[in-house]
Order: sequence, then C-alpha cells, then structure tokens
Amino acid sequence: MRKRFKNQCGRRGERLFSNLSIAPSFIGVMIFFVIPFGIVIYYSLVDNPVLKNFVGLDNYIALFANTAFRTAMKNTAAFSAIAVPLAVILSLGLAMLLEAEIPAKSLFRTFFLSPLMVPTASVVLVWQVLFHNHGTVNQILELFGVETVDWLKSGYGQVVIICMFLWKNLGYNMILFMSALAGIPKDALEVAELEGAGKWYQFIHIKLRYLSPTLLFVFILSLINSFKIFREVYLLTGSYPYDKLYMLQHFMNNTFNSLDYQKLSAAAVVFALIMIVIIAVLMIAENKFGKDVEE
Amino acid sequence: MSAAKRKKRVFTIMITAFACVAAVVFLLPTVLTIANSFMTSGEISANYGAMLGNMTDDEKTYISEDVNLKFIPDKVTFSQYESVLFRNPEYLLKFWNSVILTVPITLFQIATAIFASYGFSRYQGKLKSIIFFMYVILMLMPYQVTLVPNFLVAEKFGILNTRWAIILPGIFSPFSVFLLTKAMRRIPTAYTEAARLDGANELQILFKVYLPLCKGALASIAMLVFIDYWNMVEQPLVLMNDSDMHPLSVFLSQINTGDIGLAFAVGTIYMIPTILMFLYGEDYLVEGITYSGGIKG
Repeated sequence: MRKRFKNQCGRRGERLFSNLSIAPSFIGVMIFFVIPFGIVIYYSLVDNPVLKNFVGLDNYIALFANTAFRTAMKNTAAFSAIAVPLAVILSLGLAMLLEAEIPAKSLFRTFFLSPLMVPTASVVLVWQVLFHNHGTVNQILELFGVETVDWLKSGYGQVVIICMFLWKNLGYNMILFMSALAGIPKDALEVAELEGAGKWYQFIHIKLRYLSPTLLFVFILSLINSFKIFREVYLLTGSYPYDKLYMLQHFMNNTFNSLDYQKLSAAAVVFALIMIVIIAVLMIAENKFGKDVEE
Repeated sequence: MSAAKRKKRVFTIMITAFACVAAVVFLLPTVLTIANSFMTSGEISANYGAMLGNMTDDEKTYISEDVNLKFIPDKVTFSQYESVLFRNPEYLLKFWNSVILTVPITLFQIATAIFASYGFSRYQGKLKSIIFFMYVILMLMPYQVTLVPNFLVAEKFGILNTRWAIILPGIFSPFSVFLLTKAMRRIPTAYTEAARLDGANELQILFKVYLPLCKGALASIAMLVFIDYWNMVEQPLVLMNDSDMHPLSVFLSQINTGDIGLAFAVGTIYMIPTILMFLYGEDYLVEGITYSGGIKG
C-alpha cells in the first residue's frame, strides 16, 4: 500500500519535473517573442505609442501605399519565385547525382555541403570580383563576344543573388533529399523494375510519391531562407542597393532607423500572417501526402 | 564488354564529370578567398584596384581597368596575415565580438533546450503539444517578424545597443528545442522504465540516460546554431548602433577600400572555426540536417 502511494507520488513528481523543465525556455520565449509580438499587434492598430488612439487598419493601408514597401515586397517576391523552385529542383538533382554510382561519393557530398559552413561575409569579395562591371564574368562574356551588363547595378542583380542563394542553400536541401531517397523501400522499385518499368516511370510514379513530403518541406524551407537574402545583398551592396535589389529587410532596417513603430509593427504583422498561411498549407499538405505514402 | 555494360560505363563517366564540374563551382568562392589571402597587398590592389572608387589619378596609372581574378599568387606570402594579426588590432577585436556573441548563445541555447526538450519528450499532454506547436511556428518566422519584438523588449529593458540585446533572444530561440525534442522522442521508453526500476530519479534519467544517447544530436545542433550566429548580419544592424561592437560578419563588408589587401586574409581567418568544425563533424552535421526534415514533432 505504502509502496503504491509512493509510486504514484513519484509519478506526479516526474510529471511536475517534466513540466518545470520546460519553464525556463517557455518564460524566455514568452518574454522575448510572444508577449512583445502582442505589443507589436497593438502598436500596429494605434496612431502612436504615446497617444495610443485606436486607428483600425490605417497603419496597414499606409504601409501598402508606401512605395518603398511595395518595391521591397515586389523584389522579394520576384526573387523567391525564381530562387525557390530552382533550389528544390537542383538540390534534388544533386541528391540523385550522389545516389548514382559514382566514385568518391562522400568527397562530393563534402564539397556540395561546404558552402553551408562558410560565412557569407568571408567570401563576399570573391562574388564582387566575379560580378564587377570589369570583373571575371564580364571578361568571359567579352571573350565570347556577348554583350556585358553591370551585374550589381542593374536588374541583373537578381541573377547574382540567386547564384549566391543557391550556392549557400543547395547542400542543406540535398542532405534532406538524400535521406528521403534512402528511405524509399527497395522492393517497390524492384517490383517496378521486374515489370519492365523504365527509369523515368519509376521516378515519376514511385520516387516522387515517396519524396512528396520532403519536396514540400524543402520548398517551405527554401522559401523561408529566401526571405533572408537581405544578408547577401547587404554584404554585396550595403544599405542602399540598386532599386531591384531593395529587399524587405532593407525596408525594415531603414524603418528601424527612423523609429517609425507603426510602419514596423504593421509590416511585421503582415509578414507573420503571410508565414502562417504558408505554414498552414504545409501542414495540411503534409498530413495529406503523409497518409498517402503510409497506405 | 557487352553493349549494355558499355552504355552504363559511359553514363557513369558522364555523371562523374558533371559532379566534378559542380564540385568546382561549389568550392570556387572558398578556395579563391583562401588562395588570394596569400598574395601581397600590392598584388591584390593591382588585380582588384578597379573595384575601388576613390583612387587618385596618380595611383590609377599603375592599375589596370579590369578586375583580374587570380588563382595562384605570384609570390606566396603571409604578409596579409601578419598585418591583420599584428598591425590592425581592429580585426581581432571584431573577431572577438563574434566569439563573445556566438559562444554564449550556442552554449546557453543548448542548455535551456536540454531541459525543455526533456519536458516536451516525456508525458505529452494537450497543453504541451500546443506550446510545442507554438515553438515550431516561431522557429519558422523570419527576421522580418522576430526582430521587431526583440527590438521592443531590448528597448524596454534598456539593453538596446548592448550585446545582451542579441544574446538573450538568441538563447531562447526555439530551434534547438525543436531538434533536440525530435531526437529525444526517439529514445525507447524501455530505457526510462529500466532506469526507474533501478531507482533513478528524473534528473538522473535526463543526465545518465537521455544525454548520452543524444550526444550526436547535441553535437549537430551545436554546429547548426554556431554557424547560424557566426554568420549573423541582421540582428547587429538592428539591435546595436555602435559599430565597434559589431561582429566580423558585419564588419567584413565595411572594410574600407584602403584595406582591401587584408580582406581576403580576414575572410579566411573568419571561416577557420566553422571549417574546422565541418571537417571534424561533417557526419554529425548531416545527421542534424536529417533530423530537421519535416515539421511534425
């Protein structure tokens, strides 16, 4: 009897411990992220932090009317629309390349993964040299008689940052695809092989089906990473880049400098909403595809 | 050799050749940075002088119009490193700024995560799964969302423009909780049951059963967190006005034109910690990335 009581008490103690052990992290998250985000929402709905008159959606309307914000949104969207699909397709390609029978696979894996470990700031000079108006890429183009462009000071700047983005991010995605490819049951592929299915058929109907949750995850991850492209642009061109390279974080930074809390808050809320929609789509799709594969 | 076999062989050669080309592209920026760091300052400005805007006409005559990317130095020299290490203390100071931001964030983020993940992986209840879900959402939020709350808190606490403004939110960033919880949930309950029968209490289970089993996961999380903050640019720009406190990752882009002869050496020095980590722990890193796949716990 006493033993049982002790045991129960112990269980309760364990539960308590497991709850308490979350506390430090939870309190920190509340203080530094969740509660201030509540304040951010509040700030986005009032006229200024001192008077605090409720103004409804005025700040949002003003935000969307702001040309700098619109430019930043447009540029970021244009960048993501090209960079994300490329990141998904190319990293899947690399993963399949490493699945094929080639020598020194682990060496190639190391090479493809290495940009992940190199701080962007360390190599930014090389990118500048490559894409300078009188730089390497243009010299090569001249050699072939192709007309050159001033990469960083024209609309072609997007090409440069897409290259930098892919260089940095393909390795991470590739590893995710490699583990997904390794998880495809071999017997499904063997049966298909015996029944005379071609490689292409196997790829479309078996591999892609098993890969679909990973494809989706890599897509979302690349999308999130594409919002961080500000870093590359900033390191390449500073706070005030060519118009086509003006990204959302540039807008945020410049608004921070002018301490315009209303604009900042509204922008943060808009961005959070966009992210929540994206994440919700991911979750719904993951549930659907996840079941599909389990069947 | 049969035709099928030959065809397969040609295919293998083609694919290997393609992999080699890709490898060169991936390695090029890093290798070039390192190679250029062994050139003399004179050689650097002769090659890249055209990138510098504000030169006197007098200097310009010595420098070609084009920017010449060079692979192999005319003369291998450590003079850049010598100047960085012994004559320009500001770079070492900025390097130290990076260390003093990144190391505490990595250590304390993992320390908090060890306890939190243990809590999340044992006794799952409704409230706990809601909180965990909140962590996942937060983890996926980009800087455009999280920096504004961070800024407000830092201002309220009066830690704006100090290192704490970056370190404290960094410690509570939910990324390592997420990854470590995933790793801990894979530990079979039989292990904990056995430990409890032996009279172990919760703390003992955490430190004697869970942590040893999560060594690999911990190493990979530490690497991922470290690289992430070693590479930081956004947070210092927003949360610290004083550029004297900025980490080298921000300062490298602001190297003034007169010092371009040093930039490659500084860049190389800056990548040494992460490259060493990579060479030493690549398999852990791969394991950690694999864990991060899929947002379900």
